[in-house]
Amino acid sequence: MARELLKGNVAFAEAAIRAGCEAYFGYPITPQTEALEHMAVRMPELGRTFVQAESEVAAINMVYGAAAAGVRTMTSSSSPGVSLMMEGLSYMAGSEVPAVVVDVMRGGPGLGNIAPAQSDYTQMVKGGGHGDYRQIVLAPASVQELIDHTVLAFDLADRYRIVSVVLADGSLGQMMEGAELPAMRPPRAADASPAWALSGAKGRDTNLISSIHLDPDEEERFNHHLQAKYAAIEAAEIRYEEHLLDDASIAVVAFGTAARLAKTAIAGERAAGVAVGLFRPITLWPFPTDALRDLSERVEAILVVEMNMGQMLEDVQRVVAERCPVGFFGRTGGVMPMPEEIAARIRALAVELGAAVSDAPEEVRT
Amino acid sequence: MSVLAPPEPALTPVYSYPDALTHVPTHYCPGCTHGIAHRLIAEVIDEMAAKERTIGVASVGCSVFAYRYFGVDFAQAAHGRAPAMATGVKRVRPEALVFTYQGDGDLASIGAAEILHAAVRGEQITVFFVNNAIYGMTGGQMAPTTLLGQTTTSSPAGRDRATMGTVLRMSELLAQVDGAAYVVRRSLHDVVQIKRAKKAIRRAFEVQEQGLGFAMVELLSSCPTNWGMTPEAALGYIRDEMVPAFPLGDFKVPETRAEAGA
Ligand SMILES: Cc1ncc(C[n+]2csc(CCOP(=O)(O)OP(=O)(O)O)c2C)c(N)n1
Ligand code: SF4
Repeated sequence: MARELLKGNVAFAEAAIRAGCEAYFGYPITPQTEALEHMAVRMPELGRTFVQAESEVAAINMVYGAAAAGVRTMTSSSSPGVSLMMEGLSYMAGSEVPAVVVDVMRGGPGLGNIAPAQSDYTQMVKGGGHGDYRQIVLAPASVQELIDHTVLAFDLADRYRIVSVVLADGSLGQMMEGAELPAMRPPRAADASPAWALSGAKGRDTNLISSIHLDPDEEERFNHHLQAKYAAIEAAEIRYEEHLLDDASIAVVAFGTAARLAKTAIAGERAAGVAVGLFRPITLWPFPTDALRDLSERVEAILVVEMNMGQMLEDVQRVVAERCPVGFFGRTGGVMPMPEEIAARIRALAVELGAAVSDAPEEVRT
Repeated sequence: MSVLAPPEPALTPVYSYPDALTHVPTHYCPGCTHGIAHRLIAEVIDEMAAKERTIGVASVGCSVFAYRYFGVDFAQAAHGRAPAMATGVKRVRPEALVFTYQGDGDLASIGAAEILHAAVRGEQITVFFVNNAIYGMTGGQMAPTTLLGQTTTSSPAGRDRATMGTVLRMSELLAQVDGAAYVVRRSLHDVVQIKRAKKAIRRAFEVQEQGLGFAMVELLSSCPTNWGMTPEAALGYIRDEMVPAFPLGDFKVPETRAEAGA
């Protein structure tokens, strides 16, 4: 496949199709709607299912139904819509059906605005719905990663019978970048649907997709089964990027677009002689706990940068456990942290640590 | 006196256990008509030889365990969301016979949007709507279908129009929707009505088979436990109180098969 200029929302929708997504259910919401519109054209063209649902509540439950029937299925939305999906996501965790959700996050709380933000870390990573459940959360930082993570999300969802989330933000959804789409994979043949799926009990015992365990002991046993599965995912699926960390005394920890902005700041600070690098969690769950703990033993300070008021920060603090100081810089409400602002925070830290640095970066209002 | 006994006629069962029901005893209260509704649906699935391609979607309410009693593939949806879940199932398994089984709290209250829009889209699913005018599972609270003046645990002085509104007639409402092909109300309070109900269940499945659109059979049903009545009195309550508030009849039927199939 050749590199093309692609808009993030269109890119992930097309990537999902090529990954064999057979059914898309969604509801319009900015800054994600181009994905729904792309699906509205492409899915019928390919003889696949597209439904504009009456709400995100309905959309996620349609996904639940299609997933229960054993096909690759997805929805995409943005923060307020994702809030409405929490019930469905909890049910899907409770009945172990695989599906993909792409969340193109925007500023909140409430109706907020349509500008890019990382407002849903907590509800997606911690599980905004009820019960002890997890979902795999991938955090892309480019249109290419948005594509790659969407494909990966389907594979991981199927492998573990779990919901995989691609946690993007409004800037990734809206930006155009050169990227390469994967080759078209054929959808799963009807007779190759998973053994647990609902297809009509022909020549086999009946199948049941349910999240009810009325007996508390049974529910507890089921939860232990889930926890064992989650432990297996934590052992096998952690992904992160280390950038210029070998000799770093300061590590910026950031994901998604915030990490990309931080990279620009880091390049400038490196040029000025500051030993700074980037640690970028790619899977937000499973969280790269061990790698971050190791890092906290090597560096003198950590600066967490987010497009929210410190939702991932709590996880970083938990892992670092005071092995080194953890600072925070976040812009929120749809405001992006500019590289110069991040650079100023890095520089301040470096000065505090007594590093010899050249010309101080221009102070900016924050 | 010795009279030769006439030869015994062979005993052929005329009333047997439907194949589409499991042999699991139901958890329903004595006199509850959920059991009758289950049996009728199972009989029709048998008659249509559809057991191996039927997928049921259970709701949240007393019938939450419907999947235990039907010998077909089943999903258990969140409260009110069965029509959305059934949409997902049917769209990707068009060859399956897909039905939801929902109470009146589930369908007419928390799931009002999902049922309405399943009808609007003309989803090829069959909905069995068990209306007992109350929330059974949670212990007898008011539903949108609770009769004016009816006492429930959350309308202890009787349903008051000024603050609680009055009955929501879902069949009449859904019949207004173009995508709905078949919407009828039947009752389970006596044998004649039960036989009529079964015919409607059959027709509602056929409408799906023929791809005519959304089909719903509303079944007036009893809840002796939460109505505080004997099973027999509860059947009388359906006949005397519920039927006048929820008239039985056909609210929408496909015009003619030929036209509808065109
Ligand atoms: C989101 C949510 N809200 C509330 C409940 C509690 N709840 C369970 S069943 C029910 C009402 C069921 O009544 P109905 O649908 O009329 O069915 P019935 O029990 O009468 O057959 C309620 C409110 C729930 N399970 N989920
Ligand atoms: S509570 Fe009412 S609806 Fe529920 S099983 Fe008992 S009689 Fe039936």
